[in-house]
Amino acid sequence: MDNKKLLEIKDLKVTFFTHAGEVKAVGGISYDLDYGEVMGIVGESGSGKSVEAYSIIGLLQSPGKIVGGEILFENKNILEFDKKQMQDFRGNEIAMIFQNPMTCMNPVYTVGNQLIEAVLCHHKIPKKEAQKRAIDMLNLVGINNPENRMKQYPHELSGGMRQRVMIAMGLICDPKLLIADEPTTALDVTIQAQILELMKEIQKNTQMSIIFITHNLGVVADICHRVSVMYAGKIVEQGNVDDIFYNTSHPYTKGLLKSMPRVDAEGYERLIPIEGTPVDMLNPPEGCGFATRCQSCMKICLKEAPPTIEVGERHTSSCWLLAMPGEGEVN
Amino acid sequence: MDNKDILLKVENLRKYFPIKDGFGKMKNVQAVENVSFYINKGETFGLVGESGCGKTTLGRSILRLLEPTAGKITYDGDVIFDGKLKKQSKMLPFRRKMQIIFQDPSASLDPRMTVGEIIGEALDIHKLYENKKQRTERINKLLDMVGLNSEHSNRYPHEFSGGQQQRIGIARALAVEPEFIVCDEPISALDVSIQSQIVNMLEDMQNELGLTYLFIAHDLSVVRHISDRIGVMYLGNMVELGASHELYKNPLHPYTKTLLSAVPVPDPKVSKSRKRIILDGEIPSPMNPPSGCRFHTRCPYAVEICSRELPEWREIDKEHFVACHIV
Repeated sequence: MDNKKLLEIKDLKVTFFTHAGEVKAVGGISYDLDYGEVMGIVGESGSGKSVEAYSIIGLLQSPGKIVGGEILFENKNILEFDKKQMQDFRGNEIAMIFQNPMTCMNPVYTVGNQLIEAVLCHHKIPKKEAQKRAIDMLNLVGINNPENRMKQYPHELSGGMRQRVMIAMGLICDPKLLIADEPTTALDVTIQAQILELMKEIQKNTQMSIIFITHNLGVVADICHRVSVMYAGKIVEQGNVDDIFYNTSHPYTKGLLKSMPRVDAEGYERLIPIEGTPVDMLNPPEGCGFATRCQSCMKICLKEAPPTIEVGERHTSSCWLLAMPGEGEVN
Repeated sequence: MDNKDILLKVENLRKYFPIKDGFGKMKNVQAVENVSFYINKGETFGLVGESGCGKTTLGRSILRLLEPTAGKITYDGDVIFDGKLKKQSKMLPFRRKMQIIFQDPSASLDPRMTVGEIIGEALDIHKLYENKKQRTERINKLLDMVGLNSEHSNRYPHEFSGGQQQRIGIARALAVEPEFIVCDEPISALDVSIQSQIVNMLEDMQNELGLTYLFIAHDLSVVRHISDRIGVMYLGNMVELGASHELYKNPLHPYTKTLLSAVPVPDPKVSKSRKRIILDGEIPSPMNPPSGCRFHTRCPYAVEICSRELPEWREIDKEHFVACHIV
């Protein structure tokens, strides 16, 4: 069982030390990721989903700091790496693609230049070979005429094309893990569909693992094998994609699913929103972060953080309702 | 919705933006090209399309926030644009009837004005009160309507969350008691759990005040949910128009079919069994639109005539229009 695991995160805590006070952006999350698995991380803005991903790849910026926990990548603790080790590791074993490809590429270098640089950083090979590799990569991500594209600058490409180049750049050193931070959010639906198909195909062929961060449950249903739902810096529910959608256990996940209109809906149904506003992470509530918006909130929810309960095979949920059977059903 | 009076009628509307190309030659970006439709009283008309298809430009041209290049706009029997430039001041009485809610709530509220001033400004312009007390009362009532309270009127926009800012934007639009509101992507900038709150609120307002909406969005699930009729735009053209359920059940234009199949459905089983149409390529530049049907460069069913002739805007079924050669 253990050798299947690529990544293990144990009780990771990230705090931002701001002037206004400490913001516990990630408040102790744990999960593991198998080889060849696609894990979706869903949450609203400010839920800590990106911060958690930046911690894994070592790109967390000041004033953010990892204050506790372990990140094990193939049983090595990433947090103990020195600068040199981290540089070797990042880009080679693990890569990241971002939401806005325009801000992530250097505008004054050509696409080819940047791709070749990514290869030469990690492999001592002749430049010619690196160039060939870059062209192969662009072919793989479905860019026509790669020889010409290599000579172009990022601003000459369209949004979907740039995202393809980003993916090529991420995959050029055959990483074992790809972190995709909202890669399709900035794109139009038809382009989003193209990129999702591309990522699914590449994942199938290379068997790499992906951590897919998004707020769109539709995208999750499409590409992910497992899902972690985050709220207020904690994972509130985690499980296989089917369990999350069909055996939903946490009130927040249920609320999210109910509040979204569906394009394939049969008739008109009024939406059931989650009332209230997202938590203020500067002054997080005691107890369960979701309590103030939860319809089934009990007294204990406001005082103590709920335990994480196993509700099925590889399906966990953090809610007091599940810890106290008979106290009332979540509807 | 028995009342089938037409509130707004748009005929052959065009909006070109003149720009200089790389050699200093003037060219036109054809943002909206020959669009005709009408909106009935009390209904919600949805407008969908990808970025750059001209949906926002169309919405703003209707309000004459952007001056249209050609065409005719009739509002409740009064012509507000017929190709000749009329003075903006003539629009003032119509501004009381037609309002707009913008996409980015933080950018559309003046950061140096309090919420009370933002909402009150509209009341001042149209002189909708007799004394100070009445003005304050009206502002408080508006804040109450959108789920905020009267204490909020002395605060500045930055003190609010995105969802609350959008509520302020809605209160401002409602201040002049309009009949018609252009909702330009009012929920795209908001979090998922907040989106449904705003959608429900817009629906409640419509029922209470009898409003008519032009709802512009790129999220097809939301548009389908809120709209009675929907128009689909591609590269400045309207390609299909029909009743919301009809359009989703029986899409005729290849582009509509593609759009619908591309929307991710939050249901793993459905999403795995669904057949997706994946388009090649991207939207061509509106500076240089393709000849004939503007969609033919990406259309999987394109035949020879598509690149030659502009398809006619035809009524295929009752109230179901489409512009395509092969339908």
